[in-house]
Amino acid sequence: MGTTASQLRKDLLSEYQELTFLTKREIILAHKRFSELLSKEDRNVPTPRVPMEKVLSLPELKSNPFRKRISHVFSTSDMKDGSLTFEDFLDLLSAFSDSATLEIKSHYAFRIFDFDDDGTLDGGDLEKLVNCLTGETDDTRLTTEEMRQLISNILEESDIDKDGTVNLSEFQHVISRSPDFVSSFKIVL
Amino acid sequence: EEEKVGEEKPEVLSPEELEKLKEEVDERKKLISTLRGKPWPMRKKLLTLRESHEFVEKYEGALGKGKSRKLYAYKVMMLKALMGRPYGSMPRKTVPRADEANAMDFAVLWDFGVITNCLFGYAQYSVLFYGYYNSQRAIGWLKFRMPLSYFLVGVGTVAYSYMVVIRTMARNANEDGGGDNNSFNFSWKMFTSWDYLIGNPETADNKFASITTSFKEAILEEQESRKDDNIHLTRFLRVLANFLVLCCLAGSGYLIYFVVRRSQKFALEGLESHSWWERNEVNMVMSLLGMFCPMLFDVISALENYHPRIALQWQLGRIFALFLGNLYTFIIALMDEINLKREEEEVLKLNMTIWEASLYNGTLGVNSTAPPITVHPADIPRGPCWETMVGQEFVRLIVSDTMTTYITLLIGDFLRAVLVRFLNYCWCWDLEAGFPSYSEFDVSGNVLGLIFNQGMIWMGAFYAPCLPALNVLRLHVSMYLQCWAVMCCNVPQERVFKASGSNNFYMAMLLVILFLSTLPAIYTIVTIPPSFDCGPFSGKSRMFDVIQETLESDFPAWFGKVFSYASNPGLVLPFLLLMVLAIYYLQSTSKSYKQANLELKKKLQTVSRTINKVLTLIQHLLYSLCGTCTDIVCSPESKKKGGEHRAHQGKSNHQIPPSATSPPAPRGHRIPGPLPGNQWQPAPSVQRVPNSQRH
Repeated sequence: MGTTASQLRKDLLSEYQELTFLTKREIILAHKRFSELLSKEDRNVPTPRVPMEKVLSLPELKSNPFRKRISHVFSTSDMKDGSLTFEDFLDLLSAFSDSATLEIKSHYAFRIFDFDDDGTLDGGDLEKLVNCLTGETDDTRLTTEEMRQLISNILEESDIDKDGTVNLSEFQHVISRSPDFVSSFKIVL
Repeated sequence: EEEKVGEEKPEVLSPEELEKLKEEVDERKKLISTLRGKPWPMRKKLLTLRESHEFVEKYEGALGKGKSRKLYAYKVMMLKALMGRPYGSMPRKTVPRADEANAMDFAVLWDFGVITNCLFGYAQYSVLFYGYYNSQRAIGWLKFRMPLSYFLVGVGTVAYSYMVVIRTMARNANEDGGGDNNSFNFSWKMFTSWDYLIGNPETADNKFASITTSFKEAILEEQESRKDDNIHLTRFLRVLANFLVLCCLAGSGYLIYFVVRRSQKFALEGLESHSWWERNEVNMVMSLLGMFCPMLFDVISALENYHPRIALQWQLGRIFALFLGNLYTFIIALMDEINLKREEEEVLKLNMTIWEASLYNGTLGVNSTAPPITVHPADIPRGPCWETMVGQEFVRLIVSDTMTTYITLLIGDFLRAVLVRFLNYCWCWDLEAGFPSYSEFDVSGNVLGLIFNQGMIWMGAFYAPCLPALNVLRLHVSMYLQCWAVMCCNVPQERVFKASGSNNFYMAMLLVILFLSTLPAIYTIVTIPPSFDCGPFSGKSRMFDVIQETLESDFPAWFGKVFSYASNPGLVLPFLLLMVLAIYYLQSTSKSYKQANLELKKKLQTVSRTINKVLTLIQHLLYSLCGTCTDIVCSPESKKKGGEHRAHQGKSNHQIPPSATSPPAPRGHRIPGPLPGNQWQPAPSVQRVPNSQRH
């Protein structure tokens, strides 16, 4: 061992701890897991990036229907390929941690559900969302009629200004009243 | 200004500038502490953090307040410590764990392992039951008032239970937001139903299936709520169904009464001459009725054709009535037995005086002086302790209930699952999809079971003080057993309907059961005199006399006087009236608040719609203005584009999306501001745009 990438500097560690909802122990664990995902060559690069496929192979994300969206949302890559640096990874874990606030969770949840990245949840986004939730196989999908009915019900409930889309504030309004959101929107390594 | 500030000359700055600088430093500190809650990428957060730290360190030094740096450090540490605390709520306990004053004798409890017969043996004299406790007024050098403590603990447990249940109900009502229960049904299902902690593919598949079912059911429910059918037939069928249910309830009540009478007959003939079934008939019958009647009710309710949630509420109501009917029949039978015991006691008292006289008579002949006769305590005839008998009956009831539950679980769930799984290979039809299939995990049935169990504990706790502790043990075992059974043999319910939006339906039921359970205990405390030789209240004429006694002997004289004034009916009745009026007042104000809430919501919707329309209008106007401008000024191509764009107007949703990584406009939760989602921005195709970019 003994490569520089395998050790976090102490000052960085405390800065990360100040900037995320994670404890020092969790950050160190995250660093360890992140290093395991890196290939040999990448380890000596100053800020290594883990490609999206490797990220999606994490057991915590493997079964998640939104895994691709999660990667994309937290990725700061210029090529929009969903690859994550260690800092992106920390951002991810911080938003999904136990102590994260409702505001941060709902903000990121909104971005995850916004499949076309246009800043609002329109019918297309909602449809993709439902399809993600109902699984991959055909017999679990909803029929077109059911889908239409479902989306119109959702918009009726959440779309306060009746513009046909759910924006961030409307989303946060709905989510803040949900009793399950904070406890279900959690990923722990 | 920054150049002016040197390291050591604060007096160069004027007081206002100093003040401003201080404010700036405080702002920076605040920013640092809130950085982790900002949805920015880490790079940006790091840069901001380092910048702010630099700024703060530089200018705090300049402000010359070395102390404040320390304070700041402490404040940051404190904030860090606070942030580190996990976000969540305390688990709410609705079941009070009554902690009895006396130590438990575990050896005794272990003997209790042999279920019913042991109750009549050694355990009868154990700390489990009322009879163990001594009626000595003060014990030991601390002068521990045992009878008083027994009484107060009993009363206190009930009062605490009431308080906890009502507090939980109030809290649930608050969180509801008053009438908001169903408002976000679909949205919540959509946005919050996935559990991100799932890492196992099989669990994920299960979750997908349950989410799909939940969606389909919700859609179905929505559709059904808009249907309308043949109403007369429906009404007739519903009346018929209710009639059948009443017959069932009456039948079960009569059955219990009959069985209790029979058991009394058996008791008179002597218990040993009967088989195990005949001895435990009452408990077995009650448990079996509790198991089969709900299934019967379920079948009958198919006639009624109600909306699933309403059908569930009816079902729960009927099961509730069944339980109450059974329990009260049981209690009436118990009353009969208590009276029997008391008669026995009278007879025994009589016999004892004769026996004691005979003892003295025997020895007086030998010795003229009468030394105190020492008789072994075990030889003295013990009075039939009716309180212990009551305690025993309850414990038996609970034990048989527990056993029935476990056996049902093992046979109905586990055995069934085993049969379905293994016989499926050699059976004609598909056992898994068709008739028996796997049993469903019935949430409402299980919750009801818990509530009823708790009701029985409340009823029996005064006479069997260790009952709550035993119940804790039983609940632990049940939890592990049912956990295993659910994972191993159950499938999720097909129809996932909750009886009510919040948990208040079950809380209300718990409250009613609490009230109904404590009634019999209170009745016995107030009317029936305690046994003469067992328990903490032996010898008194009524159990609550212990309070009187304490007031007289342990408190100063004036206290007793004050108390007697306070308990004067002339004072108590007006007080009760006042409370009733207060309740009425609070009820009506809460109703008016709910109403106001709904009105405000509607207003909000209307207002946002109006604003939306106005904005769309302005947009149209400006575009048409643009259009005319570009028509005049620009080349034909852009004119074409502009025209096309105008034709596209439609829903006014053409906005340049804010880039996904930029922070949202810092807007408070409640500040309306410019209407969300309608940020007006010029279309990309229009070349020259007047200065009209609003943000």
